[in-house]
This record gives sequence, structure tokens and C-alpha cells, in this order.
Amino acid sequence: MAQLIFTQQLARFMDVPQVETSAADLRGALDAAFADHPRLRGYVLDEQGHLRENVVIFIDGQRTRERKLLNDALVPHSKVYILQALSGG
Amino acid sequence: MADRAYIGTRKGLFEIYRTHEAWHLDRQHFLGDPVTMVLPDRRDGTLYAALNLGHFGAKLHRRDPGSEQWTEVAVPAFPVKPQDSTDPVEWTLKQIWSLAAGGPDQPGVLWAGTLPGGLFRSNDRGDSWHLVESLWNVPERSQWMGGGYDVPGIHSICVDPRNSKSVLVGISCGGAWLTNDGGESWSMRAKGMLARYMPPELAETQQVQDPHRIVRCPSEPDKLWCQHHNGIWRSVDNGANWTEVISAPLSNFGFVTAVHPSDGETAWFVPAEADSKRYAAHAALAVTRTTDGGKTFTAWRGGLPQQHCYDLVYRHGLAVSDCGQILLMGSTTGGAWLSEDGGGQWQTISTTLPPIYSVSFA
Repeated sequence: MAQLIFTQQLARFMDVPQVETSAADLRGALDAAFADHPRLRGYVLDEQGHLRENVVIFIDGQRTRERKLLNDALVPHSKVYILQALSGG
Repeated sequence: MADRAYIGTRKGLFEIYRTHEAWHLDRQHFLGDPVTMVLPDRRDGTLYAALNLGHFGAKLHRRDPGSEQWTEVAVPAFPVKPQDSTDPVEWTLKQIWSLAAGGPDQPGVLWAGTLPGGLFRSNDRGDSWHLVESLWNVPERSQWMGGGYDVPGIHSICVDPRNSKSVLVGISCGGAWLTNDGGESWSMRAKGMLARYMPPELAETQQVQDPHRIVRCPSEPDKLWCQHHNGIWRSVDNGANWTEVISAPLSNFGFVTAVHPSDGETAWFVPAEADSKRYAAHAALAVTRTTDGGKTFTAWRGGLPQQHCYDLVYRHGLAVSDCGQILLMGSTTGGAWLSEDGGGQWQTISTTLPPIYSVSFA
């Protein structure tokens, strides 16, 4: 199961979930998280479903570059960090 | 008499209140977060606060009357951009730039103006929103352009107290637009404005005008005032025609205007150095007021900083209370001042607040 770890900066606004998912790609994993935590979606993605400009995601130590399709592949034990980018500070 | 007001800042929402002696800073909300707009809804006592979180997007919070709790409600959301669209603007909400309550016969109706230049309507106190596509789809929108921000935005929403279906909006830079049918159709309302930043042959083009702020007199709704990028304009026919006011002292540049609630001939301005410098005219803060429809002005300075003052009062940084005598002003460098005599003398609320985006009376 891939593990999604959301920045604790979100704790000011909501309970921050820890999510485990069998999704095969990033989009599927995020959708799994949002299914149980619908308000989280608007903090990570914009209304077009794209990654917010000042949110950054790392998968197994690699920063993702695809911000619209969010189709980076996950492997069963992927660790996915969803973080705030310093650019938004 | 007004006894409470709200100050939306780069680092939170601040309340001020009046005792028998003076006004004081009171509670804070959303400390640390940018509060881009505050709407006290006079119809039911609800307070709305629009946030623009640096990382996590624009949000809208609602506080019900008598409650201490804020509830996050929906934000305006743009529809999916058609694949064949040639629109260079991203259809994503950048910021809630203006909020207005619908008419008294429209409980729960709210209007929101956004960056980019969308007008949104809610029928349920912000629980849901829909884009007013009739305005978003006007062909002239392709000529709108950013003014202060990279994208065009709607900063002024003037609901006509005589007819809640009649709403005039101001756009930087997209001129002024009026609907008389609740948003079904729109007509341009910037005739007479002059855009001196455009090539001469385009200077009168209505859809490229940059009205920094437009306000409507509640008791004389046909009377509108506009602080434009290139000067001051007024209209006495609900925006059908605009006339330039050329008698304002110190500077005709600025961002803000306020109109007396019961006297459409009286309006206030805060002159600034034009136009790329953007600080208080001559580095000394003044408020100018006309009481005769712009024929003459008085510049007031009492209680305001007069040396090394680089404060700028932005579009929503000046409010007038219902009685027309109490004014609240907030600057981009965190100065807040209040006058109880129509602008003649000012009391300092603070000079160390965060940059101020909006002020409003409860």
C-alpha cells in the first residue's frame, strides 16, 4: 500500500489524514484521500483538478513535475509527501 | 451610531469597537492569514471573510449572527475551460476581491467578484456559487487586462437599492458593466472615462478602462463615483455617462473613493502619487472631500501623518458609516485611522497593523 503524508501545516485548517492506498498512480491516490476527506481537495488542488501552484509533491524522494494530470506511477510501498512549497510563503 | 468595524489585513481580520471615549482594537480572527475581503451582511448580521492562503488557495468563511464560530463555506469555482478555448486566462480562482450582499428582497443572495474577472452569485449564503456566465462570455472580455494584478478582476459590485436585479460592477481593467435583469444580460457603462495609458485612438474604449473603485450612493442610486487610474469621474445617471472631475487637489490619482450614504454630492478620496510610485501624495497623508458634486474639494489632514508618510490606501481601504460622519481608513503599510466628523479630524487606531486590504462598518 502506498502511503500519503500530508503537511502538518494543514492542521490549522482540518484534521490531517494519514492515507494508505493501493492506487497505481498519484491521481488515484489523491482521489482516495479526498473521498474520505472532501474538504482537503480544495487545499491541494484547484477547481480544475490541477496541483495548486504552491503545493509540491514528492514520490519516493523525487519531486513530481506533472502538475495537471498527476499521473505519476506509484509502487506498492511508495511514500508520497504532499507539502507546501516555499514559493507560496 | 456605528460602534464596530472590521479591518481585513495581510495577517488576519481585526475588529475595532467604540467606547464613549474612543475606538479601540479588539478581537482578531485568522491571525497570520491574508483576509482579502470582509462583508458584514446588514440583512441578517452574518459576517463573511474571504481568505487567500498562500499555499492552499482562496477560502471563504462565514460567522452566523450571535455565534463565535466561523464555518468554512464554498468558494466560487470556475467551470472547466473548453478545450477549444483561445482564452489566455487560466480559469482558476486566484482571489475573492469583492463581496456584496444582494437586495433586502433576496435573503441569502451574495455576489462575489474575483481575480480573474469572474462575477459569481450565491443563493444560499455562500454554501454554493455559480459563475455569471453571461458576463464571463461577453466578447469584450478578450480585451480586458490586468490592472495591479496580472489578470483582470472585479473589485466593485453596486447593487441598486431600488431594484435588486440591477447590479453595476467595476473591473480593473474592463470598465463598468450593468445588468438590469439579475445577470441575464449586461451592457457597458464606462462611456466618458478616458484611459490615458492606451494609444490615443483607444483611450475612450469602454472595455479597457481601469476604474480603481466605483461606489454608489444608497439614497441617490443614480449617483456613482469612480476613482479611475487616470482621474476621478462621476455619473448621475447610473453609469450611462461619466464626467471627469478635474478640481481635486493634490493628485487625481488614487485607488479609493467613498460616497455619503444620503448625499450623492458628497464623496471622499485619498490622493496618491501617480502612477507607478503609489504612496501618499507628497509623502503626507490627506483625505479630500467634495460636498458639491466635485466642483470644489477640501483637503483634510488633521491627525494624519504629514512627514515621511508612504502609506497607500487601496481600493477597499476607506469606509463610511450609515450616518455619513464616521469614516475608517486603512493603508497598505498598516495604518488605520478613524474620523467622527466626516473626515476633518482623524484618530489613529494603529500604525503597526499588517497591510490593510479592506475596512467596513458592522
